[in-house]
Amino acid sequence: MIPLSWFLVLSAALFSIGLFGVLSRRNGVAILLGVELMLNAVNINLVAFWRYGDSIAMVGQVFAIIVFAVAAAEVAVGLALVISVYRQRNTVIANDLDMLKW
Amino acid sequence: MNLWTDPIGVIAGWLGGLLAAWSVPAWLAGFALQLIGVVVLVSLMMIIDILLVWVERKVVARFQDRLGPNRVGPFGLIQPFADIVKLLIKEDITPNGADRVVYNLAPILSLMSVLLLWAIVPIAPKIFGVDLNVGALYIIAAGAIGTLSIIMAGWASNNKYALIGAFRQVAVLVSFEVPMIATMLVPTVLAGSMGMNAIVQAQNVWYVFTSPLAALIFIVAAIAELGRAPFDLNEAESEIVAGFHIEYTGMKFGLFYAGELLHAFTFGGFWAILFFGGYRLFGLERLGPLVAAAILMAKALFGYWVIMWVRYTVMRVRIDHMLALNWKFLTPLAFAVLLLTAILHTLLRGTSAAVYGACMLFANLALGAIALEIVRDFTKRQRTRTDGAAAAAATAAGR
Amino acid sequence: MVAAQVIFLAVGLIVLGSAVMVVTTRSLIHAALWLVVTLFGVAALYAILNAGFLAIVQVVIYIGAIAILFIFAVMLTRKDLRDRGAQQNPGWWLGAVVAVLSFAGLLTVMRGWEGFSAVPANTPAGFDAVAALGNALVQPDAFVLPFEVASLLLLAALVGAVYIAFTRK
Repeated sequence: MIPLSWFLVLSAALFSIGLFGVLSRRNGVAILLGVELMLNAVNINLVAFWRYGDSIAMVGQVFAIIVFAVAAAEVAVGLALVISVYRQRNTVIANDLDMLKW
Repeated sequence: MNLWTDPIGVIAGWLGGLLAAWSVPAWLAGFALQLIGVVVLVSLMMIIDILLVWVERKVVARFQDRLGPNRVGPFGLIQPFADIVKLLIKEDITPNGADRVVYNLAPILSLMSVLLLWAIVPIAPKIFGVDLNVGALYIIAAGAIGTLSIIMAGWASNNKYALIGAFRQVAVLVSFEVPMIATMLVPTVLAGSMGMNAIVQAQNVWYVFTSPLAALIFIVAAIAELGRAPFDLNEAESEIVAGFHIEYTGMKFGLFYAGELLHAFTFGGFWAILFFGGYRLFGLERLGPLVAAAILMAKALFGYWVIMWVRYTVMRVRIDHMLALNWKFLTPLAFAVLLLTAILHTLLRGTSAAVYGACMLFANLALGAIALEIVRDFTKRQRTRTDGAAAAAATAAGR
Repeated sequence: MVAAQVIFLAVGLIVLGSAVMVVTTRSLIHAALWLVVTLFGVAALYAILNAGFLAIVQVVIYIGAIAILFIFAVMLTRKDLRDRGAQQNPGWWLGAVVAVLSFAGLLTVMRGWEGFSAVPANTPAGFDAVAALGNALVQPDAFVLPFEVASLLLLAALVGAVYIAFTRK
């Protein structure tokens, strides 16, 4: 049988990799990719706790579905912002977006 | 339990006994049996795919009042094999600057996404790949893989027109998924389960009679999902040559082509399962699983024929008209059908089958009539507006 | 080594390996495609955890919509079709240190919890997880309110995204 610790270690590792992606990438879209990895790690955690805890009450799965919806909303708005910024400033490198107004 | 009533069980039992006699461990034997089942199903589907090439060309010929291939073999039956040999001996070109891994992976993923669908099709009461209880959602998931393969093909070709073709095709695919999901939920609501087996078992009256509007919207959305005419902006030769598979030659193009034909047949099969009772035909399926399989294949071929009929009759729709049709007409109508079906199904729960069927049918037809009236009124207003503007422009020019 | 453990190790390796490729590869399109592989691996993990509905919803939503959105965004925000130059910040080693420290911190906190090595209880026979999930999402004393608020959130995100990215002709 697979102990719970394996799932928790896996999701912690995925979260750390996502964190590294967010902190170290230059491109705005690549930063959002790291955020997606972190959200997936959180979801693995939630579903693992649902399975290894009280799997009759569906709280864990409902929480995971709400996280799906929130992640989709966040990606949509985030990428719309990135595209809009690219149209104005012709760059998506996070370092170059350092002026509030031209 | 003999070979006629339960062929899969008998063959699996005999093979399992053979493997146990060779002292293969139990888990390996089970895994090997499942692998053999997968290989048999996939091979069967690919053989059907080859025959579909012939069916397609003969049927299009008849629609266009000609004979079709009749030179190669009796009735042209060897024609698909000639096509395969031709595709295999063509030169395999990879465009300069193309991303090799993604370029080669795209046609494989495209065919894979179609073959994955056959895992949940109930061919007979006891012959199916796996009885997923979320079958309807699985169809959408396999479609998502197909969408991904189109983007990969368009981008990896290093060709602007391939990219534009892929963008347009993916925009259409993603848009038409919404009414398809909504109308796939109608048999789910009526049967009380998303699993394909349960939907077939629950169709004592075929759902096309209980909910014809949902069947119609489903087939329209499915034709758009397949990328076939009248929604085939991919093969719009006068616009973008061949869309996302411009740069594919030889057998890689063959994989795309075969995948498209098999995809059409598969959706004919799903139309049959969801709305036409699957393998059921007034109790004939109880004669044996092979009879049930033959019934399902016949219904799937009928669905495929309807899809071909639409393809060779209707003109291509412009892309902005296509998207407007989806978002302004099909999606609201699909959600209205779903809402209506769910409400009526709950209200009419205790009544007899005849009352239930009659109410549902009447509600569907009423909703369809209302939708058509709204569209007719809208186009009439648009026509008077443009005619008025044209008349004003004509009088202004003539003055 | 039970078969389930072997499968979990294989899937875990795929998830972590492709996640590392997502955050280190130079070409952004490849990063988006490696993200697709990661999401498939996560869907397989959900299936291992007996959450089959969530596995398929993951494929439909994440791979069928979000990953495609990422690929579109990558293609629409670059000046040429090939990536050039470094893809990491000048201070990327600091990010790596922070990531390793956070992983170590999470592990330390989790080890101190006594339920860390729990084994799963068997689900009772005949338990229909999909039906239970559907009930939980629409019952007034369960989670219908977060469900409806999530749909409002999606509506707001839809309107906002269209408005932000709209080009006036």
